[in-house]
Amino acid sequence: MRLAFSIASRFLKSNKGQTALILIGIVIGVAVQIFIGSLIDGLQISLVDKTIGNASQITILPSGKDKYFAEDKALLDRLSNNDNLTAISKTYDNSAFIKIDGETYPILLRGVEFTNANMIYEFNEKLVEGNIPERENETIIGSNLAIDNNLNVGDEVEILTPEGINEKIKISGIFDLKVSNLNKTWIVMPIDSARSIFGSDNQLTSIEMQVKDVFKADIVSEEIKKDINITNVDILNWKEENEELLSGLSGQSASSIMIQVFVLLAVLLGISSVLAISVVQKSRQLGILKAMGIKDRQASFIFLFQGLLLGTIGALLGVIFGVMLTYIFSIFVKNPDGTALVPFYIDYRFIGFSALIAVVASTLAALIPARNTSKLNPIEVIKNG
Amino acid sequence: MAKILRLKDINKIYGDKVKTQVLFDINLEFEESTFNSIIGESGSGKSTLMNISGTLDRATSGEVEINGINTAKMNKNELAILRNETIGFIFQFHYLLPEFTVMENILIPYRIKNKVITKEAVKRAEELIDIVGLSKVKNNKATDISGGQQQRTAIARALINDPKIVLGDEPTGNLDSGTTEIVYELLRDINKRYKTTFIIITHDKRVAEKADRIIEIKDGRIEMDLSRKI
Repeated sequence: MRLAFSIASRFLKSNKGQTALILIGIVIGVAVQIFIGSLIDGLQISLVDKTIGNASQITILPSGKDKYFAEDKALLDRLSNNDNLTAISKTYDNSAFIKIDGETYPILLRGVEFTNANMIYEFNEKLVEGNIPERENETIIGSNLAIDNNLNVGDEVEILTPEGINEKIKISGIFDLKVSNLNKTWIVMPIDSARSIFGSDNQLTSIEMQVKDVFKADIVSEEIKKDINITNVDILNWKEENEELLSGLSGQSASSIMIQVFVLLAVLLGISSVLAISVVQKSRQLGILKAMGIKDRQASFIFLFQGLLLGTIGALLGVIFGVMLTYIFSIFVKNPDGTALVPFYIDYRFIGFSALIAVVASTLAALIPARNTSKLNPIEVIKNG
Repeated sequence: MAKILRLKDINKIYGDKVKTQVLFDINLEFEESTFNSIIGESGSGKSTLMNISGTLDRATSGEVEINGINTAKMNKNELAILRNETIGFIFQFHYLLPEFTVMENILIPYRIKNKVITKEAVKRAEELIDIVGLSKVKNNKATDISGGQQQRTAIARALINDPKIVLGDEPTGNLDSGTTEIVYELLRDINKRYKTTFIIITHDKRVAEKADRIIEIKDGRIEMDLSRKI
């Protein structure tokens, strides 16, 4: 085997042009594979993050026509013990009106515990002015609502409930969630204040949650359903509610895989044909090696090792080149606001897998030339000398 | 003396539909440590005879016995081992591996046989390099030496595993007459020194005459078999 390996490496070293040609083929193949794969991955991750990164991924809602369900401490404790959840936020929502200069506008009054809600909505980072409410009857409102009605931090506004209750609350801050609909209608305040406006004591509209692996939201959701075993609530996850996004993503993944497969196939054929030519070029040397007693298996290993060596070096260079390409793309191709069009994203498992496939494929590509070598009859070669 | 190579009733027929018989009932025995030459016109079947003797080719019928071992029932791998350990080949063309140096080329049959190169192996290679007169170019690439030097490298390579038999198919066919003379002196010298049996195909009568025994093949049959009295 050692002899086969040393002959293989010498063959590669002595035929620099040919070796470079195959290597360039593999490097381009692996680089393109990694570039396209990372690009699509980055794109999908940023898309998913933009869509559901600041939203509830699993939501517990009252079942049927009920608007509320009773807060259950045991249930919340159960959820907080679940390792798959990264955020749990209980909310009390109700629709109401805001009265400004005699005009009323419909709003959604959301009562939350800010420490928990921030883990999903990041209000603290999305405040453009003021602070998170610290006292009773303080609130934060969306930027669109504030601009449209010329409201500022410190102003007091009147809230009207459908039940006819009238309450004054003070604006402690203004947030921008980058979604105009939410910025227009959400009024967010501490859950106890919200409850007291509507005269409710321990009711909830929903429990909003985020999960570690967003693509496992449906599985985690099922687990929770089994675990809590409460009949008066429904559990929804983002995957049920965003089927179009999901089918878009899987379509994208499928086309990315197709591109990668064909690139790989082209590389494979390239290696195979160049090595097959090399067998013909080296047939005399192979003939004498067989006359001198090298076994067919060992002789074919000369070419398998060449495939392996080319694959390993090619994959390594390809990975470097591909990562560089992805990085450069993320730096130079930008959105008008200066953020990367596709954020730089590296999945080590994907890269490792691509490199491994390249090595295995290159070795497999050497199988045909290796088989030809094995069949080579020394007498034919020497006779034709 | 012991018989190192025995050919018994060897027939060789090429082709399936159109059959061409190139060897007819050849019976030959070669004694240990002798120097034999085979002569004959081109197409006489002498190369085929040599290839069958060296187990590179199989006879259509008949038996080949090398060093007392019948090769008829051996498989390809067993034959490869037998060739590696008991036979050295020298062809008209040297077939050195151009990617390797003179020294490395000489050691290749040893590396086919053994996993690691020992100090003894290197010593033996050095000794052979010395005998064939290549000490100055032993670290040159096989392509960076003259034709005569390449053929002498091939000779040293044939001898590295200390084979019982060396088969040469026109080993000087590609060399000028001066170099031919040197190479033959060398082969005879090795024959005396290591008691290696030589069977050499040649069309050079002067060369053939220096052998212990001359066999002439004509149209696939033994035309003449002369032994010099020792």
